[in-house]
Amino acid sequence: MYTTWWPPITLSHSRRDQLLRALLWSCASVAGLMLVCIVAFLILESAPALSHPGWRRFFTDAAWHPTEDAYALWPMLAGTLLSTGGAVLLAAPLGIGTAVFCQWYAPAWLAVPCRRLIELLAGIPSVVFGFWGLVALVPLINQWQPPGASLLAGICILTMMILPTTSLLAQASLAQADPDALRAAAALGFGRWGTLRRVVLPSCAAGLLTAGLLAASRALGETMAVLMVCGNVVQLPSSLFDPVRTLTANMALEIPYAAGRHRSVLFVSGLLLLLLVISLVGSATWVRRALRHV
Amino acid sequence: MALVLLVFFAGLLGHLLWHGAAGLSWELFTAPPRHAGRDGGIAPILVSTGLILGVCMVTALPFGLGTAVLLAEVTQRRSWTGEFVRRSLDTLAGVPSIVFGLFGNAFFCVTLGLGFSIMSGGLTLACMVLPILIRTAEEGLRAVPREYRLAAAALGFSHASTVCQLLLPAAVPALLAGFILGLGRAMAETAALIFTSGYVDRMPASLWDSGRALSIHIYDLSMHVPGGDGRAYASALVLIGLLLVINAGAMWAGRRLTAQWILVA
Repeated sequence: MYTTWWPPITLSHSRRDQLLRALLWSCASVAGLMLVCIVAFLILESAPALSHPGWRRFFTDAAWHPTEDAYALWPMLAGTLLSTGGAVLLAAPLGIGTAVFCQWYAPAWLAVPCRRLIELLAGIPSVVFGFWGLVALVPLINQWQPPGASLLAGICILTMMILPTTSLLAQASLAQADPDALRAAAALGFGRWGTLRRVVLPSCAAGLLTAGLLAASRALGETMAVLMVCGNVVQLPSSLFDPVRTLTANMALEIPYAAGRHRSVLFVSGLLLLLLVISLVGSATWVRRALRHV
Repeated sequence: MALVLLVFFAGLLGHLLWHGAAGLSWELFTAPPRHAGRDGGIAPILVSTGLILGVCMVTALPFGLGTAVLLAEVTQRRSWTGEFVRRSLDTLAGVPSIVFGLFGNAFFCVTLGLGFSIMSGGLTLACMVLPILIRTAEEGLRAVPREYRLAAAALGFSHASTVCQLLLPAAVPALLAGFILGLGRAMAETAALIFTSGYVDRMPASLWDSGRALSIHIYDLSMHVPGGDGRAYASALVLIGLLLVINAGAMWAGRRLTAQWILVA
C-alpha cells in the first residue's frame, strides 16, 4: 500500500526543528486520542444506566417507556440489525454486479461516466435520500401495503445509500486482480465469463467481503434516512411492511429532551452502536490481512 | 443490472429537480423563512451553514495538517506511536455520525458549556472530518518525490523549512482535495448537528448562537412542518447544487494545480 514511503530525513537538530516536532506531536496527540476521548465520554455518560437498570434489563424489559422505568432496547436493536442485514443482502450482489460491469463488460465510453455517476451518488447527503424516500418511496409502498413507512422502505433507502460505496470498493478490489493470472487465463483460452468466475472473483474474494463489511458498518450507523422513512414505532416487526425504529433513530428523536437515566440509556445505545461498528471495521481489516496471501 | 441502477438514481434526481425547480428563486437566497419555513427563503440558514463549516475547517485544518506532517515526515514506518495514531484515525473514520453527535452534545454542549451553538456544531464536525483531512494530506505528502527531501537536506535546510517551504507547497493539490472532501462531508452532515448546533432558524448573531444547518432545515421541513415540502425540495436542490459545485471546483483546482506544478518541476 505504501509504495512511496521512505524513512524521514532528519539530520538537523536546530531549535526550530525541536519546536516543530513538539507542535506536530501535540496536533497528533489530539487527533490520535480523539477516539479514546469519544469512547471515554460515552462510557462516562452511560455509567449511571449500566449500574441501574443494568444491561440485562435492556434485553428483558417488555417495553420502551424510559420515563416509567421500562428500558427495552431490544426492539430497536432488532430494527437496526434487520434493516442493515436486508440492505447488505440487496446491496452486495447489486454493488458487485455493477462493479463487474464497469470493470469488465462496459466499453470505455460507458465505464467512465458510469463510475463518475456512482461517485456522485456516494456524495449525496443522507438527508436527501431520506427526503426522497419520504416523498416518493413511502407513498408508493403505502398504495401497495399501508402504512408505507416501514422496514421495507428503510431497507430500500439503505440499499441505495450503501450501493455506491459497495460498488466503488468492489471496483477497487477487482482492479487489483493479478495481471499475470489474467494473462495465464487468456493463454488457456478462458472466455471473459470463465476468467471472471474462475480467476478474478476467487482472487478478489477478500476485497469483496471487506466491501460488504464496510457497507454494513455504514448502514448500521446511518441515521437520517432511516429516521425519515421507517415510521419509528418501537416494536418487533412481524412483516416487512411494519414500521420499526432503529437505535440511531431512537437517539436522534429522544436526545434533545432526554434527561437523567433516560439520557444515560441513550448513551448506552450509542456505545453499543460504536462497538458494533468498530468490530465490523476491525473484522474487515482482519479479513483483508488474513486472506491477502491465500 | 447497472442500467437498473442508473434508472433508479435518475429517478431520484429527476424527482427532486421536477418538484424543486419551481421553488428556486432569488427570494429563496435572500429572505428569512416565514411560517416555520413554508414560505420565505433560507438566507439565515445558509449563513449558519457557512459559519458552522467555517468553524469546522478553521479548527480541523491545523490539527489535520500537523498530524499528517508528523505521520508522513517524522515518525518511522514501524514506530508504534505512528501506527497507533493511524489505526485510531482509521477507526474514527468509521464511527457513525450520530455517535459524534452524542459526543459533541456531552463534551462541547454540556461539559464545556457551549450549549446548542454554531461553535459546538462546528467543533463536532471538525472531529468528524479530521480522519479524511489527515489521510489525504498524508498520502499527498508521501507522493512528493524523495529527491526533494534529499536536495533540501544537501542544501542544509532545517527540517522545519523543508516541510514549510518545500513539501507542503508541493503537496498543495492533495491538501486541497482533502480539504474539499472534508468540506463536502461536513456540509452533507445532519445527524451530528441535530443536538449540537440546534434548530433555531433566525439569523445567528454570533458563533455562540444556535444556528440551523441546511441539511437540518430539509429534515425539519419534511418531518415536522406539514406543507413544508415545497421549500424542502428547493433546499435539497440547493444542497446538492452546492456539493456539486464544491466537487467540480476540487477537480478543476486539483488538475490545474497539478499541471502547473509539473511545469515548474
